[in-house]
Amino acid sequence: MPSPGSVPLHLLPPGAAAKVVGMEAGGPKRRRLLDLGFVPGAVVEVVRRSPFGDPTAYAIKGSVIALRREDAAGILVRGDV
Amino acid sequence: MTRTADADRIVAALYERAGTLHRTAVTRRVPGRDLTPVIDSILSSPLTGFPLMLLTLGLVIWVTVAGANYPSEVLARAFQAGERVLAAALSAVGAPAWAGGFLLDGVYRGLAWVIAVMLPPMAIFFPCFTLLEDLGYLPRIAFSLDAVFKKVGACGRQALTMGMGLGCNAAGVVSCRIIDSPRERMTAILTNVFTVCNGRFPALITLAAVFAGGAGAGRSAAGGGAAAALVVTAVVLTGAVVTLAVSWLLSRTLLRGAPSFFVLELPPFRRPRLGQVLVRSVLDRTLFVLGRAVTVAAPAGGLVWVLANTSVGGSTLLAHLAGWLGPAGAALGLDGFILAAFVLGLPANEIVLPILLMSYLSTGAMVEVGSLEALGSILAANGWTGLTALCFMLFSLLHWPCATTLLTIRKETMSARWTAAAALLPTAVAAVVCAAVAAAGRLLGVG
Amino acid sequence: MASDGLFRTGPRAASGSHPVVALAGNPNTGKSTVFNALTGLAQHTGNWPGKTVRTAWGTARHRGRLYTLVDLPGTYSLLAGSAEEEVASDFLCHGRPDATVVVADATALERNLNLVLQVLEVTGKVVVLLNLIDEARRKGYDIDVGVLAEGLGVPVVPAVARDGRGLPELMDTVAALCDGSLVTHPRPVVYPPDVEESLRRLEARLAGRLPRGAPLRWLAVRALCGDARVLRLLAGPAPPPGSPAPAGPAPPPGSPLPSPGFSPVVRPRPAVSRTSPETKRSAGP
Ligand SMILES: Nc1nc2c(ncn2[C@@H]2O[C@H](COP(=O)(O)OP(=O)(O)O)[C@@H](O)[C@H]2O)c(=O)[nH]1
Ligand SMILES: [Mg+2]
Repeated sequence: MPSPGSVPLHLLPPGAAAKVVGMEAGGPKRRRLLDLGFVPGAVVEVVRRSPFGDPTAYAIKGSVIALRREDAAGILVRGDV
Repeated sequence: MTRTADADRIVAALYERAGTLHRTAVTRRVPGRDLTPVIDSILSSPLTGFPLMLLTLGLVIWVTVAGANYPSEVLARAFQAGERVLAAALSAVGAPAWAGGFLLDGVYRGLAWVIAVMLPPMAIFFPCFTLLEDLGYLPRIAFSLDAVFKKVGACGRQALTMGMGLGCNAAGVVSCRIIDSPRERMTAILTNVFTVCNGRFPALITLAAVFAGGAGAGRSAAGGGAAAALVVTAVVLTGAVVTLAVSWLLSRTLLRGAPSFFVLELPPFRRPRLGQVLVRSVLDRTLFVLGRAVTVAAPAGGLVWVLANTSVGGSTLLAHLAGWLGPAGAALGLDGFILAAFVLGLPANEIVLPILLMSYLSTGAMVEVGSLEALGSILAANGWTGLTALCFMLFSLLHWPCATTLLTIRKETMSARWTAAAALLPTAVAAVVCAAVAAAGRLLGVG
Repeated sequence: MASDGLFRTGPRAASGSHPVVALAGNPNTGKSTVFNALTGLAQHTGNWPGKTVRTAWGTARHRGRLYTLVDLPGTYSLLAGSAEEEVASDFLCHGRPDATVVVADATALERNLNLVLQVLEVTGKVVVLLNLIDEARRKGYDIDVGVLAEGLGVPVVPAVARDGRGLPELMDTVAALCDGSLVTHPRPVVYPPDVEESLRRLEARLAGRLPRGAPLRWLAVRALCGDARVLRLLAGPAPPPGSPAPAGPAPPPGSPLPSPGFSPVVRPRPAVSRTSPETKRSAGP
């Protein structure tokens, strides 16, 4: 599943945008993230970090979703939007 | 493995279709100005985010404390006038003395106290809170504080359930359903009582006004209001700190486990509609909560009157109860009557202070609904010091949940054992904290 | 809590003879605002996801008829299976509402359509209430309601629920759905051929174990996604052949595959353009 050149979402800095290419999370977490729109091909943008640096808010499909670092790490993205 | 693959392909197919529909039906123009990112960057900045959060809390409480004073006195005077009319009516129809005592001194004054003391702060606090809620501030608090909740093994959404608990702990407990992990949900349920509910706010505000605000001591209303608001804010924050500490403790003992998954949608800020907010929060929330308080206060006022006017072996039942609770009360920086009031106030926290005042009155009737000065002098006459007030506030903040909340916990957890834990845990915390504060206070000679 | 869902007959009986109308949708899309406006009740509303965790019931009157409205907790999906979201999914599946209003956020349409499409698998008696049109316009979105309705095969009503705009039109559509004068032709998603094949096999196995009228295809989808309750049902003993399946109300709405000669029945609603001038009704870009 991890395609070449893909990085986990949590490594992107605020302001960066990328395309979702895969998902490593499993179980209910995977399901939930997919339902929120983190599906392959979706464009995700890093909006901002919370005051403590974690979680981070991501813009995805018209809404803003906050994810913790370890949860965002399960989403693979590639930076060519 | 194949199941994951099938599930993924089903979601992919759903989203593909959704995407196609979206592309064919939606066109994008240049968007208008959107303030949400601007506000968010201020609220989520490490520099300004937390100070603003504290400032907002303090401001709402200050507005409540300072604003509630005057209407409370107006209401109290109205109730006094009403009492005179009722008393005249009762004697006109030739009612026996005990009936007059029960109805007027018991039921009527119980009601009057609850309404005069509770209505104004609630009618100010709820609209303020609803305003913030409609604006979209709550999820920002959860977003900002999630890291802290994660540290103590809890979920950032617990901040939302605490927000609901501010209105009513029973509602707060039900709202814990938004937390997916059963472990973290239970943590949120067990600690919700540490969020001051509106049943306890009025007593806190009143005592803070009397002891910190120096009501009657010739201080300016605004200055006294600010001091009192500071005290109440400190109490609320103490509740938050205890919530975190107990959550941490739970996640290392009864509810061991790793932090689970957290997702939270941050909706755009929305302009609240002021008229709507006012009508809704006053009519729906304030009057609803008041109605509940009144239905409990009327019978409780009657019961307390009976307890305080029935003598067995030379002293009243209430005095017996207070005498029996005396040593425990003293150890907690309180007295037997205060502890008895908390026990009798199990049905609803709103009636703790009225019950206490009633107990203090030698005649066995609740003191005439009146001003803060009158209240202060009654408390002082019964041996209250600043330390007593502090311990009362802490005990009120930390003690067992009210009966409604316990029933709700029973329903939500479907477990008598967890319900017992939900009652015993805060009680233990309250006992430890109050005993420690009382001991320290006496040591320092402030008691 | 988890095991009793599949055979529940639903709260239908409790509502008397009024049609039951469910309000479903993603969290924070305005469901409770719609519910309050139509029933005159005061469900908690506020700008954060997760306020409504308990189902609320109320009665709405529209053109002299009474309807039982059900305000469901918000859900991103009917497949996720979190405790809070199961309430909504169970009600749609087993409560058998006469009509389901999916309240969709016009500013995040794609994600909301994901849920609409799932609901279409459960029931075809659906109206999509395209809410928050005011915010969508501010964000620069123009949404062609006609194209959307055609694509979904169910009526779409644009609205600004907070100001009550679009709600009379919504109730007109709901009324027509309930009395049968409006028939929808929902176009649920077609999955890849091998998934469809698995679904058909699962549906056949489920058919023998469930009352007639159960949303078999939807339950098959859930089984394929690993839903524990449906899997348990499949693992259990099959009823003896020849035993008649218990009678259920209507056959499941929505045929598994869209009929080729599809044409959605979306009644012309002139009021729609009045309530939301920002919504163009012409063809898409
Ligand atoms: N601007 C705008 N806000 C709306 C509209 N409908 C609802 N809201 C607001 O959206 C928020 C969520 O509404 P609510 O009914 O509680 O959503 P629910 O979670 O789906 O029940 C509230 O703050 C409402 O005031 C609308 O059409 N336009
Ligand atoms: Mg709602």
